[in-house]
Amino acid sequence: MLENVDVIVVGAGHAGCEASYATSKLGFKTLLITLNKNNIADMPCNPSIGGTAKGIVVREIDALGGIMGKIADFSLFQIKMLNNAKGPAVRSLRAQEDKILYPKNMLKKLSENKNLYILENSVKNIVVENNKVVGVILENNEIVKSKIVILTTGTYLNSEVLIGENKKSEGPHGEKNEKFLSKNLAKLGFKIQRLKTGTPPRIKNDSINFDILKKECGDDLYYTFSFDDKPYYKKENQRCCYLLYTNEKTHQIILDNLNKSSMYGGYVTGVGPRYCPSIEDKLVRFKDKNRHQLFLEPESDFYDEWYLQGFSTSMPTHIQEQMVHSLKGLENAQITKYAYAIEYDAIDPLQLKNTLETKIVENLFTAGQINGTSGYEEAASQGLIAGINASLKLKNKKPLILKRNEAYIGVLIDDLVTKGTNEPYRLLTSRAEFRLLLRHDNADIRLRKYGYEVGLINENQYNLLQEKQEILKNIIEYMNNRYLSKSELLALNIENNNSYNLSKLLKRPEIKIDDIKNLIPIEMSDDIKNQIEVSIKYEGYIKKEEKNVEKLLNLENKKIPQNIDYKKITNLATEAKEKLEKIRPTTVAQASRISGVNPSDISMLLIYLKKEYSNE
Amino acid sequence: MEDTICAISTAQSIGGIAIIRVSGKDSIKIVNKIFKGKNLEKVLSHTINYGYIVSNEEKIDEVLVTVMKSPKSYTMEDIVEINTHGGITTTNKVLELLLLNGCRLAEAGEFSKRAFLNGRLDLIEAQSINDLIESQTENQRKMAMNNLTGKLSSKIQKLMDYIIEISANIEVNIDYPEYEDELVITYDILENRLNKIKFDIENILKESKTGKLIKNGINIALIGSPNTGKSSLLNKLIEEEKAIVTNIPGTTRDIIESSFLLNDYKINLIDTAGIRKTTDLIEKMGIDKSLNQIEKADLILLILDGSKKLSNEDTELLKKIKNYNYIIFINKNDLKLKIELEKLNKFDYVIGNTINNNLDELKEKIISKFSLNLLDQKELVFITNTTHQVLLKDTLKIIDNIFLNIKKNIPIDMLTIDLRKCYENLGKIIGKTYEEDLIEEMFKKFCLGK
Repeated sequence: MLENVDVIVVGAGHAGCEASYATSKLGFKTLLITLNKNNIADMPCNPSIGGTAKGIVVREIDALGGIMGKIADFSLFQIKMLNNAKGPAVRSLRAQEDKILYPKNMLKKLSENKNLYILENSVKNIVVENNKVVGVILENNEIVKSKIVILTTGTYLNSEVLIGENKKSEGPHGEKNEKFLSKNLAKLGFKIQRLKTGTPPRIKNDSINFDILKKECGDDLYYTFSFDDKPYYKKENQRCCYLLYTNEKTHQIILDNLNKSSMYGGYVTGVGPRYCPSIEDKLVRFKDKNRHQLFLEPESDFYDEWYLQGFSTSMPTHIQEQMVHSLKGLENAQITKYAYAIEYDAIDPLQLKNTLETKIVENLFTAGQINGTSGYEEAASQGLIAGINASLKLKNKKPLILKRNEAYIGVLIDDLVTKGTNEPYRLLTSRAEFRLLLRHDNADIRLRKYGYEVGLINENQYNLLQEKQEILKNIIEYMNNRYLSKSELLALNIENNNSYNLSKLLKRPEIKIDDIKNLIPIEMSDDIKNQIEVSIKYEGYIKKEEKNVEKLLNLENKKIPQNIDYKKITNLATEAKEKLEKIRPTTVAQASRISGVNPSDISMLLIYLKKEYSNE
Repeated sequence: MEDTICAISTAQSIGGIAIIRVSGKDSIKIVNKIFKGKNLEKVLSHTINYGYIVSNEEKIDEVLVTVMKSPKSYTMEDIVEINTHGGITTTNKVLELLLLNGCRLAEAGEFSKRAFLNGRLDLIEAQSINDLIESQTENQRKMAMNNLTGKLSSKIQKLMDYIIEISANIEVNIDYPEYEDELVITYDILENRLNKIKFDIENILKESKTGKLIKNGINIALIGSPNTGKSSLLNKLIEEEKAIVTNIPGTTRDIIESSFLLNDYKINLIDTAGIRKTTDLIEKMGIDKSLNQIEKADLILLILDGSKKLSNEDTELLKKIKNYNYIIFINKNDLKLKIELEKLNKFDYVIGNTINNNLDELKEKIISKFSLNLLDQKELVFITNTTHQVLLKDTLKIIDNIFLNIKKNIPIDMLTIDLRKCYENLGKIIGKTYEEDLIEEMFKKFCLGK
């Protein structure tokens, strides 16, 4: 089985699963190497998938033919549409997932694939010949050859787990880590950075006083991440989460013991994310807040632990006990797993192409936390793109590069390879300048065609999408041409002498699609109704965004020759020159997004390109 | 910016001393080659060193050499300044030596350009250096200095901070919908805050109008029928005040008769061509032509002959000026007044003459027309660039559009598209971009995360 392998994927977390699924499904013999078979698609941190922006990423993964959405639909015990009361652009699903079921269902899905082989082993180096990767070296020095290697090593590279002053060289939950690979990557010229993240304590079910806590339950509606699924759950059977708060006593304990935490005691060298601070970070940075919100989230139906969201810490265990017991409802709580901080090695994503192939070593791809990101969804989406592009490369086809106006995944990868990151990167809706176009509801319209072209979406799935688009087109056409009579308007309490068609009517703030659905003689599903409402009601803003996209694409189409000499461009600011030299963007649009490159620099670049390359 | 550049920085004339400035990575090395004294490559930054400039052992001049090392210099590059004894031949000889030893002669404004490209000055500041050098009046100087010290930049920056604060709050509401302790931005809050921003931008624009008057001078168009005494008024004003005899830059040069200072404000008198011509036909054209000039003037000064009844032309002109900023000067009150003052009681006028009267009343009136006496010069800033003014006006339009869309119940998360545009507009004025600032602000101001 270790011969004639096309693709090796190192690491079987969320990135590795998507990557190996994609390459094997596209016909390439794929070897997935993991340190521990039981930990495939493990969720070492929060027991949920989706969330703001991330939920849309899961939809995008599904639209492209990835599997995260389907596994999540199959393994959830609560689901919610976040921001339901806000605009359609920022709605996003989040599901609480069963930490036992999710990995189990993922393993089952991967095992169905006859091109996919799973090997339990450790990879300590990659084999490179003429700047091209040709295989990996296992723990026992055995070499496995392959055409492509995809590294999806998560937090396992040279990782150290910290609890107070206690530092252990291991992966999450005391798992084995990989000590040599990052050093070997450094020897090849990769810039290795040290990042940090953390996880809160887990609490035993029957030691929690739920009666005094506020319940947070799922929506009373049915949703799925996947465009192909029907809901598998019963909405009345969803499990609830619980809301609680820190108090003055908690804060006192933390502040009194601050220097005992790994972070403030000086035991941590890695850079932690701003958006995922430990509870001690929150107290230090926001001194005037007298309470912080926490959630208790169930981890699984198969064991009785709760995840204490918002309480990530690197305090010694005896302080953690005091901290947890100071919380109302957790006075007698029993901690089943202590919180810890974890430091790990990652590469500098500026050394990546926007295909996720490395610039230094050909046919070597990286995805997930090794690229400096954080989050299951961010990892999975990169894994999928790396898997797709590895396959396309093997087929000698053009790579799949999603643009910023096409997908959150495009925003994520472009940010990584253009701006780099020095903290674990999390997607936020605020990072997407075209978020009005990148909605939960239209991910299929945006991306299924790519999934189909690549080969991860089948004929049937694609036909369904085309039918849907046809229906949408027909309805909008009908609405534009269907004018209302005076009596029809009066029935809706509208007094107006101007002619009103249905589209114009729907633009009125008080009119909802359901108010006029009887006037439309075409059957409409909830999904269709939503699409119609969004595209008509917010037409003005959507058009505005599309105009902005046009401007971007204009710059996106202006390619920068790879042999450009930035020193020759006059009047380029010093900082811009240095950054452009380092990142070597492929388009003017990408150049304009580099921090420190100002509009005046872009003008100079454009003038130079026109002067020097206009004949080409 | 590989070259090392040099130029004579003081005015090219005979004076006590002259300064030659050298900037670039080889500046210290090059000057050291022609300097006899301490080894300049070894002296500390920001020191003044005594010695001689030499050429083949021949002493050219006794000099003081200031060494300022990167980045603490005007251009943020290594700078050497040579204080020579004045005198065109000596200074030019030193410059020649520098050129022979590897320097390039700087282009006009190149030191400032380098300061800008190296990130020491923002756009407004770079522009204001030019204004500073060109300033002719004390008020112009103060205003340019205000811009240079970043007063305008900081006003714009404040507005941007304010917008980013609202935006970040809205983003937090979106990205962390379950954080109940954070302020949720509602339509009311948004309207309230945008009104404040709108008010501030309107103020900057208003100030800029005044600023423009200070920078370019107040253009006063003198109009009136022949023989009403325009020329004598003009001469009298110039005689009483300090005339400016330099060239006046800009497109109005052709029609400006002369300039003078009034309370340290520059006044440009625009004589309306054609009115002095005598034949009827041309005179008619002259009036039309002068009416064109009215559009360009900040103030119209209509001169009427008080010793005569109002002519048809006078009546015509009175009709026309009503919609403009104007003052009527009823001249020749040294003679018997025959003008029908009752027809003028709805107009703003001053009576006087240029023979045995001073013009203080008229001058005060001019000053009061522009509230010049009320200006706080410490705060006064000026958007020099018309593109920048357009950006500010566009921002006001966008804000009004947001108000409109609030009425239409457009979700706040979509209005951020407009907020972003406002921020980008302001950012273009001082050269800043949006996204990093936004994410930075979100995590600085709000406590979020797992």
